Amino acid sequence: MREQIEGSRAIARTVARCRPNVVAAYPISPQTHIVEELSDLVRSGELDRCEYLTVESEFAAMSACIGAAAVGARAYTASASQGLLYMAEAVYNAAGLGLPIVMTVANRAIGAPINIWNDHSDSMALRDAGWIQLHAASAQEAVDLHLQAFVLAERLSLPVMVCMDGFVLTHAVEEVEVPLQEDADRFVPPFVPRQALDPDAPVTIGAMVGPEAFTEVRYLVQRHLSGALHVLPEVAYDFHRRFGRRAGGLVSAYRAQNADTVLVTIGSAAGAAHEVVDQLRGRGIAAGSLAVTCFRPWPADAVRTALAGARQVIVVERAFSPGSGSILGRDVRDALPDRTEVIEVVAGLGGRPVRRAGLLRLVEDVQAYRIRPGRLHFLDLDRGLLARATAGEEGP
Amino acid sequence: MSESRLYQIGTFGVGNRLLTPEDQTVQAGSDRPRSITRGHRACRGCGEALGARFVLDSAVRAAGRDLVTVNATGCLEVFSSPYPESAWQVPWLHSLFGNAPAVASGMAAGLKALGRETRVVGQAGDGGTVDIGFACLSGMFERDDDVLFVCYDNQGYMNTGVQRSGATPPAARTATTSELGDPPGARFGQGKFVPLIAMAHDIPYVATASVADLHDLERKVGRAMQLHGARYLHVLVPCPLGWAADSADTVRLARLATESGMFPLFEAERGEITAVTPIRRQVPVDDYLRLQGRYAHLFGEHPRPDLVRRIQAAADRNITRFGLRGAAS
Repeated sequence: MREQIEGSRAIARTVARCRPNVVAAYPISPQTHIVEELSDLVRSGELDRCEYLTVESEFAAMSACIGAAAVGARAYTASASQGLLYMAEAVYNAAGLGLPIVMTVANRAIGAPINIWNDHSDSMALRDAGWIQLHAASAQEAVDLHLQAFVLAERLSLPVMVCMDGFVLTHAVEEVEVPLQEDADRFVPPFVPRQALDPDAPVTIGAMVGPEAFTEVRYLVQRHLSGALHVLPEVAYDFHRRFGRRAGGLVSAYRAQNADTVLVTIGSAAGAAHEVVDQLRGRGIAAGSLAVTCFRPWPADAVRTALAGARQVIVVERAFSPGSGSILGRDVRDALPDRTEVIEVVAGLGGRPVRRAGLLRLVEDVQAYRIRPGRLHFLDLDRGLLARATAGEEGP
Repeated sequence: MSESRLYQIGTFGVGNRLLTPEDQTVQAGSDRPRSITRGHRACRGCGEALGARFVLDSAVRAAGRDLVTVNATGCLEVFSSPYPESAWQVPWLHSLFGNAPAVASGMAAGLKALGRETRVVGQAGDGGTVDIGFACLSGMFERDDDVLFVCYDNQGYMNTGVQRSGATPPAARTATTSELGDPPGARFGQGKFVPLIAMAHDIPYVATASVADLHDLERKVGRAMQLHGARYLHVLVPCPLGWAADSADTVRLARLATESGMFPLFEAERGEITAVTPIRRQVPVDDYLRLQGRYAHLFGEHPRPDLVRRIQAAADRNITRFGLRGAAS
């Protein structure tokens, strides 16, 4: 049923329809509306056979999910920003133990300076944790990715992080179709754990592994997570068949075929990119865009295929690696042949909107060679503010 | 499981098979659950291995074998689960150092949601309990989650090479509290006696126990398992390596810790003390300290009777505070 609904509420209702047995969460903006709604759904009985744990920290939230998943219960949590970093040790551990936990990340900047608004510094910091990391371009896609996340997690026995831009997607009210319970039940099968703590068949989970086998264990992690690249499109295909909407998979291209210049985005910036592409096409410029839905595992082949015809690729992302450069941009560059120009751009940090005008100017600047590859470009830098902030200081 | 092999490990606490069945420990029976079995790599004389064996077997028996357990990082975890071997005969999970109480909470919540009666036991050393795991422990207590959490207190970070923890007693030498300086060894702080902090949460059950009285330990585990909600058991487990003591003295040290007043044995329900183990004959702390190399600097070339007196004063205070000179004295 389509309804006008806040993104967070839509997510909470979708998660509830995936029937988690344990929701453990610690409040942090902009994740709060999701977990508030879930606690209501548990309390009202609409989400039954579910325990809602009001834990004392994000570290405990992920730890409780680990315990729940280990006894064969479907476990869910949501977090963001500082909270995600606070639980980081347990995030890695959940993946190492192969526990199919689903977590929403309401993407938010990392302090200092403290900032509650959106960027991707939080989930990017955990890109190597061994989770499947999906990014939603819209509230609807966030809903659809959550349904797929439970299926993926349990089919692969791997945890899945669904990232959605804080405030931009979590707090906006828009028309969203939240799945009906019977449709969710048909799509998300009952949880059959690959391994569970069972007194009738005791297993030891989380044993210490030394140098004689650690490399092999990690090799299997790489093989298993990379193998998920084949499963993601299957689940997206099933989803499309069942719900009639396209969502999920690895990447989502828009007018990218025969495009000379392609904007690559991750998260909600895809919407603005689509409009800019339409505008450029209207001017006769062969532009396209590509949204990265699955960031980990990294779908290098899908990215290469989607960008095969592009001469210039402009990667716009909401995070960077200080002292080094882009994050997504590097992955994209690695996936492409050397002849493709890749422009690495940081935009939308700490809640600054990524607008059509800025993206349009960016493409124009790239096409006019005012912005060149090889150097991280910060979109919409306020030079006046920089000058005031650094007045009297000498640069390094 | 009905193997006929029986193990006499040489302490009166283990129980003599000539005793009546009700006086025997779980370990004395041929049907003992063997939760942690032979093949682990604990040091000779390890108090924690002894304590864990009795705690788990008692809990497993009380739970009718329907039990799962989570273990914090630490000696117990490392010596029991080196891949590809495991000494555990019960469903056992190791996640992290600081999160065992929260993992236990999640297990209990998951089992409840699945409609199962399976019991949950969490285990950690003192580092995993009183320091790095403390926030999770307090959260689990506060929510009254259905978990028995057991701290095996050997008073330091023994697994990493004997560094000071929040449970290291004053004046003890560790790798991070030198025997040099003044005062030497761990500083005299306010202490962090987690059983009392647990009681402040008004949880259903808190008890202290030691590996010197294994009947008492088993009985307390049994009592804890009769109850539901958050329960806490704090077991003193001497560490020959970290305490620089003879490995044959583990049980003796545990007994002296109790009989000197340094480690009071009591039980509490809903924040009120319900029982204490009276001290039959108080021994001076000297007797306890002198057996341990970690206190050698108090008795060496430059003896520090002043510090021994401070330790004695703390032991005396315990005796008064917990009423250990009870009916039996």
